[in-house]
Amino acid sequence: MSHPVAPATGSGRIRTPLPFPTAAKPAVADTQLRANLHRATRTIRAKRARVVDEVPDWEALRDAGSAIKADVQRRLPELLEQFEASATAAGATVHWARDAAEACRIVVALTRAAGADEVVKVKSMATQEIELNEALEAAGIAAYETDLAELIVQLGDDTPSHILVPAIHYNRAQIREIFQRRMADAPADLSDEPAALAEAARAHLRRRFLSARVAVSGANFAVADTGTLVVVESEGNGRMCLTLPETLISVVGVEKLLPTFTDLEVFLQLLPRSSTGERMNPYTSMWTGVTPGDGPQDVHIVLVDNGRSAVLADPVGRPALSCIRCSACLNVCPVYERAGGHAYGSVYPGPIGAILSPQLTGVADNASLPYASTLCGACYDVCPVKINIPEILVHLRQQAPHPPAERAAMRVLAWVMRSPRRWAAALRLARTGAGPLGAYRERRTGARTLRRLPWPASAWTRSRDLPLPAPQTFREWWGKQ
Amino acid sequence: MRIALFITCVNDLAFPATGIAVTRILRRLGHTVDFPADQTCCGQMHANTGYRAEAMPMVRNYVDVFDSYDAIVAPSGSCTAMIRDQYPRLHPPATSVAARTYELSELLVDVLGVTDVGAEFPETVTYHPTCHGLRMLRLGDRPLTLLRQVRGIKLVELADAEECCGFGGTFALKNPDVSTAMLTDKCARVRDTGARVLAAADNSCLAHIGGGLDRHRSGVRAVHYAEILAETGAAS
Ligand code: SF4
Repeated sequence: MSHPVAPATGSGRIRTPLPFPTAAKPAVADTQLRANLHRATRTIRAKRARVVDEVPDWEALRDAGSAIKADVQRRLPELLEQFEASATAAGATVHWARDAAEACRIVVALTRAAGADEVVKVKSMATQEIELNEALEAAGIAAYETDLAELIVQLGDDTPSHILVPAIHYNRAQIREIFQRRMADAPADLSDEPAALAEAARAHLRRRFLSARVAVSGANFAVADTGTLVVVESEGNGRMCLTLPETLISVVGVEKLLPTFTDLEVFLQLLPRSSTGERMNPYTSMWTGVTPGDGPQDVHIVLVDNGRSAVLADPVGRPALSCIRCSACLNVCPVYERAGGHAYGSVYPGPIGAILSPQLTGVADNASLPYASTLCGACYDVCPVKINIPEILVHLRQQAPHPPAERAAMRVLAWVMRSPRRWAAALRLARTGAGPLGAYRERRTGARTLRRLPWPASAWTRSRDLPLPAPQTFREWWGKQ
Repeated sequence: MRIALFITCVNDLAFPATGIAVTRILRRLGHTVDFPADQTCCGQMHANTGYRAEAMPMVRNYVDVFDSYDAIVAPSGSCTAMIRDQYPRLHPPATSVAARTYELSELLVDVLGVTDVGAEFPETVTYHPTCHGLRMLRLGDRPLTLLRQVRGIKLVELADAEECCGFGGTFALKNPDVSTAMLTDKCARVRDTGARVLAAADNSCLAHIGGGLDRHRSGVRAVHYAEILAETGAAS
């Protein structure tokens, strides 16, 4: 069987309902949120820096990771068919989904066929992307998140705000409050000690694991030559989900492929150090189809496109598909740290979200995201697979619809600046035109800056003074020598 | 060696003192510098905001104006990064002139082999490495190496120095809230150092941070490090 023709764009939770600057506003004003994010990202990036520094061949590993992913992107159709053949031979059933709706339909049908009205979930970013929980609920099926942070977010009727730490925006007092309000079996005297919170969640989840007949998982890697799926995690909840239920449905983005089993050697070094700042993650689970008498006997893999083929078609933007969702770029991003994950409107926040979401949906649908960056480059430096995020941001800005007033101003400015004669005249004009203004303010306050300007310059003078043109430009000084 | 000055549009208009400083430093070291009058702008703002077509005539103008020089020096990390990093991709004939374009500290340390430029500046100074200088040009501590040789200077370390100040060209206008939040944190770190002068290699970032410092009446002056290197203690 071959996979169907892919659609141009993806759907699901990858669109910004509000432009980024608008969505960021409340987060920037929320001092508690900013303090939570500041503390959490600083702690984890310091940890990451420490363990990365221990690895003498880190740069070579990054190159290797980047090269393997580039190879996958070059031969994706071929590798996907190889994966399908290997997984099928091992007893799994492979399904193909063009978009979010199709993927949801497949999972709902499989769950119904298993006769279940609830599922346990783990490691499921792809299912967040396709909005599976909502689809299951609409079909009368309850979905229970089992990842501690995902559980917190689910109980709080919230959405994740970080790839790895979906509840990064909460502190422990807020988590305790959510548990007491929404977790029926939480101890009455629950404290906000991390150990107590984890224990309450563990007891709560244990009952779920033992009763669930269907589990839904994601995967970090899908190995083409063996048909193996790999889940890398810290809590052990994944291991429970992947082994206890009778039916296992894994929802996997098509970009998760690796050509061979030995390629894991590279990625199992890159991922934990970049994401949690650990040398090795506590649990790595791998499964290949069905093993009679051991683990789930009914294994399904849903391979999701949802816009990925469109990304693949663009040679400049394509490396975004190399992302291994480590979240290192989020943790170093000064914009993410102030705006929080929700401002990106997508299940993929931070720098990777700013390049991936607009590519999945088409840039016009997420036009503010490529501008949600200062192009400072910190994300590119930490990315374990060397995705040149600033370069892709600039590339996407090129395709974004531009506001008419901005376009007009940029064109005029470009027209002036491309001619040395016009530019010299404009400099004279700017200098003499601003001269009286500057002289006035200088007489009054002794400062050669402006404090309040009308729109659109007010965006600048709201928080900083604006320097005035100097009394003499450089070229005038040069000419007088 | 024929050294040309690329003074950049922002410096020409608003910060001529930086270009004058670069001229003085190089002349003091015995070099002849030229300022080709037909230069305008490197096109960075247009290219980075998504107006590549509009930027292209500026890119070509740069090549026309500077291609005959052995070295071109710009007192701006981000404009130098635009030329060195983006030009070869945007316009392949620019590859050679791009490779001969240096930020001031690169020209001094790597090309001319100088770290002591004979400056004197008795002030407490802290240094902010701007993003493009730090991560695209990999300037490393070249500017600091030059500043350390300045007589009378007291250099103090800036906490979280490598974190972006929130300027980002049009980012400051498109995302004013986030930009302001980043600026506020940067200004607080600068004030914590107790320095009276903040130095950096980019006047646009300095205009942003300096504008924030002025707004809060911090008393800290933001200057391009070239202006410190140009000071000799003698009345000029
Ligand atoms: S873009 Fe790179 S740093 Fe960011 S999450 Fe993906 S792999 Fe990690």
